[in-house]
Amino acid sequence: MFDVNKIRNDFPMIRNNPELIYFDNGATTFKPDYVIEGINDFYNNYTSNVERGDYDIAIKADKAYHNTRNIISKMINCQAKEIAFMSNITACLNQIVYGLSYELKENDVVLLTQEEHASNLLPWFRLAKQKGIIIKYIPIDIQGNIIFDELVKLIDSNVKVISIAYMSNVLGSIAPIKKISELAHKNDIRLVVDAAQAIGHIKLDVKDLDVDYLCFSSHKMLGPDGVGVLYGKYDLLSNMQPMLLGGGMNARFDNEGNIILKDAPERFEAGTPNIEGVIGLARASEYLMDIGLDNIHNYEIELKKYLMSKLKDINTIEIYNPDNLSGIVSFNVKDVFAQDAATYLSSKNIAVRSGNHCAKILHNVIGTDQSIRASMYLYNTKEEIDKFVAEVKNINLDSVISVFL
Amino acid sequence: MNYKDIFDDQNMMRELLLDHYQNPHNHGLVDNNRYTSKHMASASCIDDITIQLDVDNDIIKDIRFDGVACTISTASTSMMSDLLIGKNLNEAKHIIDEYMKMINNEEYDFDLLEEANAFKNVYKQANRIKCATIGWDGISELINEKENGNG
Repeated sequence: MFDVNKIRNDFPMIRNNPELIYFDNGATTFKPDYVIEGINDFYNNYTSNVERGDYDIAIKADKAYHNTRNIISKMINCQAKEIAFMSNITACLNQIVYGLSYELKENDVVLLTQEEHASNLLPWFRLAKQKGIIIKYIPIDIQGNIIFDELVKLIDSNVKVISIAYMSNVLGSIAPIKKISELAHKNDIRLVVDAAQAIGHIKLDVKDLDVDYLCFSSHKMLGPDGVGVLYGKYDLLSNMQPMLLGGGMNARFDNEGNIILKDAPERFEAGTPNIEGVIGLARASEYLMDIGLDNIHNYEIELKKYLMSKLKDINTIEIYNPDNLSGIVSFNVKDVFAQDAATYLSSKNIAVRSGNHCAKILHNVIGTDQSIRASMYLYNTKEEIDKFVAEVKNINLDSVISVFL
Repeated sequence: MNYKDIFDDQNMMRELLLDHYQNPHNHGLVDNNRYTSKHMASASCIDDITIQLDVDNDIIKDIRFDGVACTISTASTSMMSDLLIGKNLNEAKHIIDEYMKMINNEEYDFDLLEEANAFKNVYKQANRIKCATIGWDGISELINEKENGNG
């Protein structure tokens, strides 16, 4: 039974800020006590480094760190050794592009979309400059949904990689990953999935989806900052060159410069990792699985439908993604600059994001280069939506300027 | 009502800012090589404006600007152009200094800033200070370049 009031009580940010309406979950999420207590326990009771200690607390830290792989593997249905920890999803995507740079040749084609986040575009842009690979964009409709028939038309023997978001961070559109992976693998194409916005919101099963690489950040799924998760099919991870070299990822090296690397996944974890973060991430995963990812997704759809039913009668706003079934709503108030509207909402204790949301080429598709994004999560409520809608109705040039007077 | 009180009258201030936003003064760039220009793009928001400066014999003859910008950056840049056109470079720098003091909620010369006093409460919206200064920072850089002979 999904009980939002019980859930809200698990979050100190909500208990400590009862007036705040936090609709910026696409940027980051609050952390439940269970996660914070796990981190405190590590620092209070068994602080130590991993991989190298011969004493009890270090062995305990090592176990807790590696056990996170087991818990994540349950959450996304893979093997524990297919999970590597990096500093965030941006690092993971850069690692994947770096790894693929050893395989891709001039004129090989990589398919992206124009709604990708900067972290799934800029590494590819650099590779295009360095190696002459060719980037093509999969057509999307005005609500950011991939047009599958158009994708099929782009497939030929030059296409080697498809790299796309599971869920758009601006429009909340959900890509048909399973259909795309079937198409990709029939044509010997590697599929990379940016799951930053999907993780913790939708049940992900990487086996069923049959994706080659998938990555996400801990902080967008109730976990701590500073941890990115890189999933790869084990044979692919085993053959991927690490972007970072250093301690913890080599087995041995000599003064001739010969290096023998550890196997995946440790090979991708150079340097002291974010141990507290990885331990906290395990707890965030447990917390989410306990509530149930399908329950969370269904609740977000319920919130989105409720919000849309309230917004549809406001004729001063334009909504860019009314039909997408996720917790994200992107909109503008006519004649009001998005950041001005967000500042007005901030003055009413409502946190939303304005701007281009790191998806700076999406304006080609939706016709605006800035919007207001409200992104909801499992602890948001219909009462908050009512207050939000009442304030959205109040946004106009007069009211946004009044904030500054 | 005395002059100073006008700037505490919310309705009048709203009208003033709206007017500068909807009908910005000295708006639109010119194609003339007497002008030096500066592109200012805020990394933290969408504001993206270009400012042009024409100086003759130490006197600011003209300022122009254009771009994508919010209410606050448009209105503040519009008022900046009104204030600085006709001033010599030292006077202009002094006005800019006083404006920055106001934006940072420090003691400043009220009489010098005329309409720009409308921004005296912007400091309360910390995330928007950049909007209220982007045009002023741009003109400040252009004046520095002039004085250092690069402009």
